[in-house]
This record gives sequence, C-alpha cells and structure tokens, in this order.
Amino acid sequence: MGQVVALDSLLHSRQVWQGRAAPVPATTQPTGWPALDAALPTGGWPEHAMTEILLPADGVGELQLVLPTLARLTREGRPVVVISPPYVPYVAGWEARGVVMSGVDIVQADEQDVLWAAEQCLRSASCAAVLAWPVHADDRSLRRLQVAADTGKALAFVFRDRRHAVQASPAALRLELESTPAWQVRVRKCRGGNPPVGAVPLASGWS
Amino acid sequence: MLWACILLPQLALDGVLRRRPPSDEPLVLVSGPAQARIVHAANVPARAAGIYRGQRLIAAQALLQQFEMVEHDAEDEARWHRLLAAWAYRYSAEVGLYAHAVVLEVSRSLNLFGPWPRFESLLRDDLQELGFRHRVALAPTPHAAYVLAGVQDGLAVVAPEMLRDALSPVPVARARLPVEATQGLPSMGIRTLGQVFKLPRAGLQRRFGAELVAQIDRLTGDEPTPMDSYRPPDAFEQRMEWTHEIEHVEALVFPLRRLTGDLAAYLAGRDGGVQRFELELEHRSGPPTRVTVGMLAAARDASLLFDCARGRLERLALHQPVLAMRLVARDLPPFVPAGRDLFDTRPVNAVPLEQLRERLRARLGEQAIRHLHRTVDPRPEKAQSDMAHVKAATKPETLPRPTWLLDTPRPLRGPPPDVLAGPERIETGWWDGGDIRRDYYVVRTSQGQCAWVFCAPGEQGGWMLHGWFA
Repeated sequence: MGQVVALDSLLHSRQVWQGRAAPVPATTQPTGWPALDAALPTGGWPEHAMTEILLPADGVGELQLVLPTLARLTREGRPVVVISPPYVPYVAGWEARGVVMSGVDIVQADEQDVLWAAEQCLRSASCAAVLAWPVHADDRSLRRLQVAADTGKALAFVFRDRRHAVQASPAALRLELESTPAWQVRVRKCRGGNPPVGAVPLASGWS
Repeated sequence: MLWACILLPQLALDGVLRRRPPSDEPLVLVSGPAQARIVHAANVPARAAGIYRGQRLIAAQALLQQFEMVEHDAEDEARWHRLLAAWAYRYSAEVGLYAHAVVLEVSRSLNLFGPWPRFESLLRDDLQELGFRHRVALAPTPHAAYVLAGVQDGLAVVAPEMLRDALSPVPVARARLPVEATQGLPSMGIRTLGQVFKLPRAGLQRRFGAELVAQIDRLTGDEPTPMDSYRPPDAFEQRMEWTHEIEHVEALVFPLRRLTGDLAAYLAGRDGGVQRFELELEHRSGPPTRVTVGMLAAARDASLLFDCARGRLERLALHQPVLAMRLVARDLPPFVPAGRDLFDTRPVNAVPLEQLRERLRARLGEQAIRHLHRTVDPRPEKAQSDMAHVKAATKPETLPRPTWLLDTPRPLRGPPPDVLAGPERIETGWWDGGDIRRDYYVVRTSQGQCAWVFCAPGEQGGWMLHGWFA
C-alpha cells in the first residue's frame, strides 16, 4: 500500500471502466420489427456481424423474424444465401412475405461443410446476408464466422438449438425465441449496450 | 505499320522451369545423341557454376557434382511457342512466329492499349506472370524488330526514317542475314549493317544471291514482308510431364495453376470462355484418371478456373502416382463478361458471386446450389422447382402458405392441436397419376408452432404435417 497512484493516470490508461459506454452508431439494417428495433442498442441488426438465434424447436417463427430483412435485401437486388436449411424453403410462403426468390441461393451442404460454406459466403463480400443452420458449432468455429462477417461486411444469421444457450458465444447479438405462452424474443446478449430485461413481444401471426 | 517483337531467349528452359515450383537447384537441359550429349540450356544456378550452352555434358558434370538433367524436347518447345502466339493474339490480329520469337503488328493496338511504353509494360507483366524470360523491341518492320530485339532489350523505333540509323550499328553477325552472308561479309571487312547498306546492290546480288538483297529490303521496309499470320486453334490442349512421379494431389497444385493460367491467357486471346474442361492425370500403367470441371457459365478468369479445378482435384483420391497432366478444353463458348455496377459499394477484394458459387459447387457437389421458383402446379410437392424449363407462375399466391415445407409429410405427434384456419381442399393431379385429395388446415401445436397439416377430406384428425409457418 506504499505506492500511491494518481487517479488521473489510472483513468487515462483506459483500464478502468467508467460505466458510460461510447454511443453506438445506429445501424442501417432494421429488423423490420419495430418492437425489437427499439429494444436493441443499435436500433436493428448489428452490421457486419453475426446474430445467433436460439430456438426451442423448429418452426417457431424463426423465419418470420428475418424474412422482413431478407425481403428488403432481395428487393434491393442484394444476394442472400441460405445454407443447409432444416426444411425446404417454400417459395409461395417466402414470396408472400416479399422475398424475391431469384436472389436467394439455397446451398445444400453436409454437416461438416456447413461452417466452411458459411465462412466462404461471408468472406466473399458479395452476399448481403447468410443464413446457416450448423449442427455442430463450437466457440472457435462461431468466432471464425464472426470474423468472416466482419471481413465481408455481411449479416450472418446462425440458427441453433436453445440448449446451446449456456455456451459462451462470440456473436454480436444473441436472441432466444419463445413460442409459449406467446411469441416473443429474449435478447441474451447484445454488443454496445445492456440487454433489455424482459422479453420483447412480437405480433403473432401465421399468415 | 509498327511491329513489336518478343524474343524468347530461354523458351525451352522456361517451359521446363515453369512446370515446377521455383527453386535454386541447378538444372540443365541436355540434347544430342547418347554418345555426345551436350548442354542445350542451363538455369541461373547452373550457369553460375560455369556451365554454358553447347558444352559437353561430361565437362558439365566435371564442373558441378549434382544437377538435375532434363531431356530437351523440341516438340514441347514448339508447344510453348504456339501458346505464346495465342497469348499475343489477344493484343493484335496479326501475329507471326519467328524462331524463338513472336512478332505482332501493334500500330492499331496502341489506340486500345495506350502509348507504347504503357503497352510494353502490359506485355512484360503478362510474360512475367506466364513465366517466360523475354526481350521486347519495336520497329516499323517485323524483321527489324526481330533484329533489334536480339541486340538490345527495350529498343523502340517508331519513325520509318529513323530505322536505317537504328540498324546501322548492328553487327552483321547478329543481323539474322542468310548464313553465307553472315560468314562471308565479315571476311570482306564489312562488320555492321550500316556498311552493308552502303554497298552497291548489284554487286551484293551477284556475290550472295537475291536472297540477301530481298532480306535487306524487308529489313528496311523497302519491300513488304510476307507473313503467315497465326490463327489460334479451336481447342485448347496443354500437357505437363515430369521426370519424377507425383504421389500427392497437393504437389499437382502448382502445375495446375500454370495450366489454368495458360488456358486463361489462351481464352483471353481468342476472346472466348470455357464452360467445361477436362484434366487427365496420366499414370505409368492403366487408363488416365479423368477429372471433368464444369462451370455454371462460361468463364475465363485465371483464378476462377484455378479455384474450380483445384476443388475438383482435391476431392480426388490418387490410386497411382501421376507422371503427366493434360488439360483439354474443346467446348469454348463465347464469353459474356458480367456487368458490374459503377456505384458498387462492395470492398475491392470481394470475390464475385459467380466465383463464390463455383467454389461452393467444386467442394459440395454439382447440385449443391439451387434456385427455387413457384410453378403453376397446385400440389404442394410440385408447387416449386429448381428446373429452369418448368414454367414459373406469374400470379401471386393468395392462400396461406407456410415458409418451410417437409420433403415428405409425416404424422403430427403430440396432443391435439388447435385449428386456426381451414379447411382448404386440394384435389387435383389426376392427369399424371399423382392425384391427391386432401384438406389442409393451419393449426397451432402445444409447443406454440404454427403448422400446415392435412387430413383426409371431411375428417379432423390423423393429422399429417406438411409445413411450418416458421
């Protein structure tokens, strides 16, 4: 305790967190869900980064969450890649939500190639958004995707089972979908701010 | 007229060197009969040890203990020569082949590629990339360019009236005149071309024949040069052979890069593309292994071709060592370059979408990428297709449709669901035997998922799950 350190020097060395985060610039990628946009610190999807979406089961509205974004991107003529989806994308349903299907590449990859394909697409910088359903993804491989999304300036959406929620994740945004009692989404982690405490209810609708 | 001459002093050696990774090991090309082997060419490390062209092989072996020997193959050299002519065809419609040199008419090419210094560096960059040592000269006649390239690298004579001055100091021995003149003139005390120009023509003709006078006239441009213009062939075929056996696919990557690079140079020359080419790996015995590389659209970018071929090659398991590799491209459709937006905001190092697709297909399989479109068929199983020939629907679908579809319907498990909407009867398909008769409902499961299910007409139970409103 003999050494006295001046407070100023400590603060200037930027090793002390002062609790005021730098303001995060607003994103240009709104989610299409006003309630969710309001809850996220950037006001939409984190740009050039990975978003992890955790699901309790298949078919609980995970596509509804991203389809407004895909519709906006494909209408602007920007390509979207869907890598090894669990089911066949049904064109009529996607088109009803405004997606231009000619701009969507559906890639069939084996389990071990999903992450490779996703990384290639993200890194190429010619895809606006990449959706992937990896079966086995560890912290390292997800970090690679995050870096690739940053390099390629693309939106990455990774859909995984809810049981992976306990794992740490390098994703910039982590959402957990809940279908009961109502359709809502919980923000587990978000870069640039504290996650909102409660769940964000989304307007339920199947059509 | 302006002619550029590209002299290739080491054509045979470069042809051998470029098929192997760069190294500092001495290497010597040998030729001649078995009793009197002589050095045909030597690379830089071998030359540094004192080995020179024309030396007896025994003398070379006395100078250097260990060096690699490769048999000189005149046919191989001619093949490289033709490849470079095909490459030069990209820059000019008139290309001629001289011994160890390629000449091309460039007066009109300069309008397109910029002034000579810029055009020259363009040529040099390409040759550097292809891996050929070269000397370049420019002159108003092809023969003068050929002579000047042999004298000094980078010489450019643009004006015809300057040509005689530029040629005057050239020694007779290097003027590429007929053999007897080359030997006879110096013994008469005539050592430079300038002195030859001053001699009376009648005397020259009487002493050395009409051939020498005609040659001098072609050199100075007083008479046009007859030239067999090169025409590129309609198929590309290139082969690389090694003295050792290659057992791993990884070792084929470097030669493959060369082969695809040559193919790209050839395609650029004839302004075409390639959609499908074959790699043949030749073994000591048995039929060659064939790898077919197909692409979605005609392409000619060197890195794209290399990527595609490499992806196919890496999936290959070699059962036998490889002795030679051949690249054959017969189907060469016209190439339509992809347009790129002037205001494209993508980063500079972006991989084009076409190249990305080829890369994915190379590793994941030919059918890995699908584009679905809606068809006019009302049956859910046939309501969409990735076949281009299946007619696409134009009217938007107004009925509720899910976003996920199951390949085959399966029974819906769990407690009875709540019916949200329905029924919608789909009863059709009698014309092709695949007729169906179903009532479709939208239901909510106990887990909160919205499902698209069907059951037999008139019933509400025995649900078959066919899609998710995800």
